[in-house]
Amino acid sequence: MAFKKSAVPFSGTAEQEERLRAVIAEHKDDPGALMPILQKAQDIYGYLPIEVQTIIAEALEIPLEKVYGTVTFYAQFSINPKGKYRISVCLGTACYVKGSGDIFNKLQERLGIGNGEITPDGKFSLDACRCIGACGLAPVITVNDDVYGRLTVDDVDKILEKYK
Amino acid sequence: MDKINTLDQLNAVKAKAAEVVKVRVEGNVCDVRDVLVCGGTGCTSSGSMKIIEKLEEEIKLQGLEGKVNIIKTGCFGLCALGPIMIVYPEGTFYSKMELSHVPEIVESHLKNGVPVKKYLYAETVDNDTIKSLNETKFYAHQHRVALRNCGLISPEHIEEYIARDGYQALYKVLTSMSPDDVIDVMLKSGLRGRGGAGFPTGRKWQFAKASVSDQKYVCCNADEGDPGAFMDRSVLEGDPHSVIEAMAIAGYTIGANQGYIYVRAEYPIAVERLQIAIKQAEEAGMLGDNIFGTGFSFNLGLRLGAGAFVCGEETALMSSIEGNRGEPRCRPPFPAVKGLFAKPTILNNVETYANVCQIILNGPEWFASMGTEKSKGTKVFALGGKIHNTGLVEVPMGTTLRTVIEDIGGGIPNGKKFKAAQTGGPSGGCIPAEHLDIPIDYDNLISIGSMMGSGGLIVMDEDNCMVDIAKFFLEFTVDESCGKCTACRIGTKRMYEILTKITEGKAEMEDLDKLEELCYYIKDNALCGLGQTAPNPVLSTMRYFKDEYIAHVRDKRCPAGVCKSLLSFKIDPSLCKGCSLCAKKCPVGAISGELKKPFSIDTSKCIKCGLCASNCKFGAISKS
Repeated sequence: MAFKKSAVPFSGTAEQEERLRAVIAEHKDDPGALMPILQKAQDIYGYLPIEVQTIIAEALEIPLEKVYGTVTFYAQFSINPKGKYRISVCLGTACYVKGSGDIFNKLQERLGIGNGEITPDGKFSLDACRCIGACGLAPVITVNDDVYGRLTVDDVDKILEKYK
Repeated sequence: MDKINTLDQLNAVKAKAAEVVKVRVEGNVCDVRDVLVCGGTGCTSSGSMKIIEKLEEEIKLQGLEGKVNIIKTGCFGLCALGPIMIVYPEGTFYSKMELSHVPEIVESHLKNGVPVKKYLYAETVDNDTIKSLNETKFYAHQHRVALRNCGLISPEHIEEYIARDGYQALYKVLTSMSPDDVIDVMLKSGLRGRGGAGFPTGRKWQFAKASVSDQKYVCCNADEGDPGAFMDRSVLEGDPHSVIEAMAIAGYTIGANQGYIYVRAEYPIAVERLQIAIKQAEEAGMLGDNIFGTGFSFNLGLRLGAGAFVCGEETALMSSIEGNRGEPRCRPPFPAVKGLFAKPTILNNVETYANVCQIILNGPEWFASMGTEKSKGTKVFALGGKIHNTGLVEVPMGTTLRTVIEDIGGGIPNGKKFKAAQTGGPSGGCIPAEHLDIPIDYDNLISIGSMMGSGGLIVMDEDNCMVDIAKFFLEFTVDESCGKCTACRIGTKRMYEILTKITEGKAEMEDLDKLEELCYYIKDNALCGLGQTAPNPVLSTMRYFKDEYIAHVRDKRCPAGVCKSLLSFKIDPSLCKGCSLCAKKCPVGAISGELKKPFSIDTSKCIKCGLCASNCKFGAISKS
């Protein structure tokens, strides 16, 4: 999977770093601590820029390469910032056979961005996601925590309008 | 809740809680009504939490406090009809609930005892009588073992689980059975792993028990990654204690005092309910030190996945719990010898665990009496795709696909024709109409080129292109291949490229032979289950739908009209009224003509988006 270098400069606060250090201290001695720490770090910062990975690597006394290797392995970790509104299109089988591929294409066309990208104003980011298990509502997209189901291509504009 | 140390204390909690769930189990026994609202992911996504808020508000308003209990449950199974609400003691079934329905239902039904028929699930209303849920086609064919408590109890109250015989199996095992007795029962029951491969659970436990080590682990695979499968999530959301109790039993059996549940982070509701359930089990003394005063200790930790399909593979999952990249490793040594943190480990799937306590309590013979010769018990399927009743169904092994799709699933919408059922996710295959009457079990599915997998069952109709579906799964595998072994990393990519050529009409007949050869090469050489099974969607569609492949390659035509490069749109001059709507809608200006005369499409400009055809009021535009 290719990662683009983030164009947005890192702007972590001292308060965020303090929270991160507290998380590291809490998990440091657990077996397999790296995954839970990365998950919580992403909750704190919204993504995992190299600056955050460096803090974690140094605190856990493990090579940065190992942290980076783990971060880039899992789809859920992002080294790019996400938009204010994170749009995910479910491309699981149930959604796909009901046309979520067309909905994904339409969103790309309307937002002018591709999979894993963010609009220049930082408002929307778009991701294709794995099955979220709401197959009864297929096809499904989520915008942050809101779920929209039983969609057709024509619903895309209406949904985007809500967040403009 | 106080700590439970003895059977008497457990039974005291059970007796008290049994009163609470009685109205749901036995019917009309008291003047309290229980309103059960589904809090599974499907119904939550369609707004069931707001329905609960509105119900609470309305109940206060109409002075019914204390007379109506609102219970948030796990999944009822009929996700297509969500949000779902059931009112006991009658067991009336309200479907597709909307906020505006609430006041009327509260006043008429909850206050005055008259169900509001117009909001009920249509199939339960027959002239004047209202049928209970169990009489509907969707539920009548089902037999619920793993899902027995889903949609019946509140998953956030351990007492309700105890009321349904919860933790009795653990007590029985700890006080009256040796580890070998437990293994014997599991072997006799014939329970096989529900995660896909179908390995006998008793044998797995036997191997792990035989390994000598100072530390062993029990793991639960809740990394349900097969797209379209959501039964494990529903068990965790609806009945998390059944998994926790079974893991403790497994721990006692193999000699482990620590367990881990590895659950997908994409399932926030399941994670939350598990956290609550583990905390309650610890408080009640069902997890922790010296359980039931027997000296047996068992602790449970939760680990979240981070979106990697390969982590469903056992060695990859363990690597991920250890905090590493989730890459599989060679077996042997098998995890029963050297697993998590290099210690003997067993890993079972959620649905497998959900069967364990029932087998202990009812006996292996009871379990073995269900199913086929080599596949015992029941199986939960997640029905999805082109089918009326999308949702979760649990049927005895050996039920035919036809029963599941036509009777329980209600058939295919819009009068379309069945084309194939896909089982086993990206590792499985497509089953054509000619095999609809084969009894479903592990071995039969493999013999027809598919596999059980975790139980996703996606129905496809005549509008689905089988080459496109095969390509869809390969795209998934290419994306999810961890990259460790060459056969999978490069092989699946090459397969995907050939499939892309086919769907774009650029392939030759010899490409089909190459594709097939590549399939067998990857099957034989990939390191783990993900790679070894990745060619299955291609092999099974080539086996049953070869004519579709040939149509794409030789005739440059997609019979289902899905593959865009092979489509062309045409305006029928005899039907076109020259209204110009299509020309206005066309995003690339490919349509032109004179008003009130037939228009035409410039195929060199057309991007085949289909907007013209969907907007034409006269049905004059067709694709072929």
